[in-house]
Amino acid sequence: MLKPGQIAVVGAAESTKIGVVPELSQIGLHADAALNAMADAGLKPSDIDGVACVGPMMPQQIAHYLGIVPKWVDGTGVGGCSFMLHVRHAAAAIAAGYCNTVLITHGESGKSRIAATPRPPEPESLAGQFEAPYGPFGPPTLFPIPVLRYMKTYGVTHEHLAMVAVVQREWAAKNPRAMFRDPITVDDVLNSRMIAYPFRILQCCLVTDGGGALILTSADRAKDFPTKPVYILGTGESVETTMVSQMEDFTSSRAFRVAGPTAMQAAGIKHSDVDHLMIYDAFAHLPLYGLEDLGFCKRGEAKDFIWERNTAPGGKLPLNTNGGGLSYTHTGMYGMFALQESVRQMRGTAPAQVPGAKISVCHGVGGMFSASGTVVFSNERP
Amino acid sequence: MLAPGRAKPKPTPETRHFWEGTKQGKLLLQRCGDTGKAYFPPRPFSPFTGSRNVSVFEASGRATLYSYVIHHRQVPGFTPPYAIAVVQLEEGPRMMTNIIDCPQTPEALVLDMPLEVVFEPLDEEITLPLFRPAKGGK
Repeated sequence: MLKPGQIAVVGAAESTKIGVVPELSQIGLHADAALNAMADAGLKPSDIDGVACVGPMMPQQIAHYLGIVPKWVDGTGVGGCSFMLHVRHAAAAIAAGYCNTVLITHGESGKSRIAATPRPPEPESLAGQFEAPYGPFGPPTLFPIPVLRYMKTYGVTHEHLAMVAVVQREWAAKNPRAMFRDPITVDDVLNSRMIAYPFRILQCCLVTDGGGALILTSADRAKDFPTKPVYILGTGESVETTMVSQMEDFTSSRAFRVAGPTAMQAAGIKHSDVDHLMIYDAFAHLPLYGLEDLGFCKRGEAKDFIWERNTAPGGKLPLNTNGGGLSYTHTGMYGMFALQESVRQMRGTAPAQVPGAKISVCHGVGGMFSASGTVVFSNERP
Repeated sequence: MLAPGRAKPKPTPETRHFWEGTKQGKLLLQRCGDTGKAYFPPRPFSPFTGSRNVSVFEASGRATLYSYVIHHRQVPGFTPPYAIAVVQLEEGPRMMTNIIDCPQTPEALVLDMPLEVVFEPLDEEITLPLFRPAKGGK
């Protein structure tokens, strides 16, 4: 088992522009973010010996495009949290001596669709046979499928689920790079255009272009880099099913319940140690599931925790401080942007900086509750 | 016959019995021989124990409405708004489906309402299991 703080993030950057970036193709967004991260770390492509990215982009495409000769690659693709898994796998690979310096990249032309790859379910896959015929049309029709059951089980109201978007917009207002920054109210959310009941457009993530990249190495080397090292204390991962209709509990994600506690136990931290939290919010219900499945709230209590502004600016558990997938950016695989915000918070460079934050938990989801990855960061090596 | 345009399932050797069943008006599930528990979607082994000791059986067709969304955008084969539902089958497994013979509104689609299966041909090869409010309740 890796020791907490054995591996560090020494380079981190997003693409130069996020939001609407029609001047770059998908691989161009990967490369732009990668070059920015290498500049951040003071490295050249020849200094990198490990590459990770998520399909449809393959590590060999990125390595060749950037001129990297890797000794280790990872193409784990489990959806938008793949980057959390890449961090976990890279940390293990560096500790095992398979490589020294790993570059993890993301680029997605989600809005402009420049050289983007479609991802329809194949008609002979289980999802193609047993979900697709009933009219799902992308994540907005599938991810919220469990929500009505969750609402009935715990007495969650439409107002509770609207408040998630309201609070995250407050955080976005503090982030100049966030796509949507104007304040919204619960009424605004509940009067916005219906997409897939119970969710309206302000409860669904953005669709944007952008990229991000991280560079990891051993903590012993980290002091030689120009930026403040951000140490990895613990990580976790799991998967459940590609079919949201088959998740075992509609009020909780099994993948969350494995990945989150695994990461926190590996880090050796308690919930009260956490200063900053990111929970991948493709849709408004995800922060509630995340807060409960990771144990920050008891079952059914996340609705009140958010309603009472505990996760809002000035609250005791700042959550999704970039504005999240709902207001900051969401290219399709948002997990990289959640990781970037955790790194900024640990470096002390976030636009909505949490004063004195020392531990950040970054929790991702892939597919429609189909996968999960969690990373615990700190700016102090234990 | 359902309106054209829906995504059409392509059976595999492991799922063909299910789609042959729906064509004959039967909802076929499988049962683990070790635990006696029913499961879905089809596979030639038990997801509970890994045992290949499994059998196919005909489900009652009775279910309850477990959760759903009502989609408001245009999709080929559908007239919005339409519900994409997950039903809880009497035998235990859940499956995605559509609810027919019922207004596609939150007021009419009440969680846990009793449902019954109906078989609607998509074309000559594929018949989909859909559900409607149970006649006379359950």
